[in-house]
Amino acid sequence: MRFDRRRLLGGAGALALSLTACGRAERRLYFYNWDTYIGATTLDDFRAATGVRVVPSFYATNDELFAKLRAGNPGYDVIVPSNEFVTRMRLAGMLQPLDLSRIPNLRNIAPEFLTADYDPEPRHSVPYTWLVSGIGYRRSKVDGVPDSWKWLFDSDRYAGRIALVAEAADLIRLGAKYLGRSLVGVDEATARAVAALLIRQKPRIRAFHDDNGQDLLLAGDVDLALEYNGDMAQAIAEDPDLAFVVPREGSLLNADTLAIPKGAPSPDLAHEFINFLLDAEVGAGIARTILYPTPNAAARARMPDRYRTNPVIFPSGPGMAASEWGRFEGPERWRLFDELVTAVRAA
Amino acid sequence: MRGRTDWRREAGPFLALIGLPLAWFLLLILVPLGAVWALSFAINTGVASIEVTGTLANYARTLEPTYLGILLKSLALAGLATLVSLGLGFPVALAIAFAPPPWRTPLLVAVTLPFWTNLLIRTYALMAVLRDEGLVNRVVAALAPDLAPLPLLYHDVAVVVGLVYVHLPFMVLPIFAALDRMDRSLIEASLDLGAGPLATIRHVVLPLAGPGIRAGVLLTFVPALGSYLVPDLLGGPGSQMIANVIERQFRRADDWPFGAALAFVLVYLTLLALALLAPRRPAARA
Repeated sequence: MRFDRRRLLGGAGALALSLTACGRAERRLYFYNWDTYIGATTLDDFRAATGVRVVPSFYATNDELFAKLRAGNPGYDVIVPSNEFVTRMRLAGMLQPLDLSRIPNLRNIAPEFLTADYDPEPRHSVPYTWLVSGIGYRRSKVDGVPDSWKWLFDSDRYAGRIALVAEAADLIRLGAKYLGRSLVGVDEATARAVAALLIRQKPRIRAFHDDNGQDLLLAGDVDLALEYNGDMAQAIAEDPDLAFVVPREGSLLNADTLAIPKGAPSPDLAHEFINFLLDAEVGAGIARTILYPTPNAAARARMPDRYRTNPVIFPSGPGMAASEWGRFEGPERWRLFDELVTAVRAA
Repeated sequence: MRGRTDWRREAGPFLALIGLPLAWFLLLILVPLGAVWALSFAINTGVASIEVTGTLANYARTLEPTYLGILLKSLALAGLATLVSLGLGFPVALAIAFAPPPWRTPLLVAVTLPFWTNLLIRTYALMAVLRDEGLVNRVVAALAPDLAPLPLLYHDVAVVVGLVYVHLPFMVLPIFAALDRMDRSLIEASLDLGAGPLATIRHVVLPLAGPGIRAGVLLTFVPALGSYLVPDLLGGPGSQMIANVIERQFRRADDWPFGAALAFVLVYLTLLALALLAPRRPAARA
């Protein structure tokens, strides 16, 4: 590189400019999200468009999010709770109602996602993605399509090659689905029947995983795992021998949403950011990275066929038709589920 | 001893010295622990509200067979890991203590080397070694292609292996310190007077290393008992330890009072272990 005076002066000028930029308080937005759950360039694009720097931090479970905000908001502006936790956090008075007039891009969301039992008017959340639990499996090690919960919960066919989620409420409710019941309003007798089923199945289960079943499949530790469709879509992109099915008994549907916790430092910016994420082009960028199904119809329309018609991202068939949305049914029910699963694991 | 100061007569300098650590201890250890202790006598009154009522119901629940069983299992896994660490750590400490002086520092650095990496990374590294398509099984597959992969992960034995791997330095270092201080002429005397090497280790070295062994056992057992990551990552469907159950009370089950009671049962047990194993102070002299 040639080193002349003009360049040197220019460099000094740029340095001085950037120093003044540092001196001025840069606007920041604190975004508390799941890991790998935003588009590759989304946050930089928002900064380019508005000059606001988004500071991301990550949680691994809804419980972690809830526990962190329970004693008061430590300074997050936008969070991404799942539908059941929207209900729970609303009950606990932890969310701000949204001013929908400042989120005009809500018109991009498909009509079936615009109203929701988990978040009645006035809305405290807008849908970001949706997801369905199912069976992720390794084609070469499994006979045909394992399209029943039986292969996970009630069979020794794949003994020692099965991973289930550790999440108590999901286990008990999906077990209830296998027993032919609804996953909404599972009573104590059904929950105990599922626990008994799991105790019988336990010797054939290799591990209870914390939402990393796709990693266990990729590493070859198990051949069948209870997982979400989006996580499996990411794993299948790495290893085409993996596949995903929603069992015919039906499964658990959930949505992840964007919400503003009470005590958010910049609620105005938070609205602006949520509106930005619901933009068609931005939404498509997010979907391209995370491969979760988007409720954003305008964004989906901009996606290539291999996303729009991907049977893992958008499953169909009897399993989907029999699936139900999960609901938060009070802390006592959740404690009962957890106690039963603790007993299963101690048995 | 001459020139020894009595803190009762020189309270000012004493307070100046102890003040900062004492404030640190009160503010950052006693106050938060006290809050959790109070929580263990509380009840849940709503989705996110708790009331301290002085109830003992949370402690009663820790005695239910499910939780008592998990506690006993945690004690057993931590105890077994401590025993194995002692069996491995004592010879290692002995070897380092008797190694030629230029070798000692590199050997001690080698023992502490794993601490330079985060516990989570070390545990994942161990998983990469032990998993079905991991390093060990790849070697096995190369030597005996017909053999099914050895199931080295996701059961209680894997948890004990992990606990030993993580806690071994805590066993080696205090034993090494005790052996290093030992008067070597005692060993020469024992050997001169006709005791064999094993008899010398049993009757001379072991008793002298006693305080170091007690410290090592304590430093291994207490953190092993409260282990959370190792059983979570290496364990199978049945290998939960008490810390995993405590974590679930604070997160999934959202039952902080019960989680606090379980956590304090662990604290009480730790205090008991300390009382039983802590090095005795020499009797007070006049």
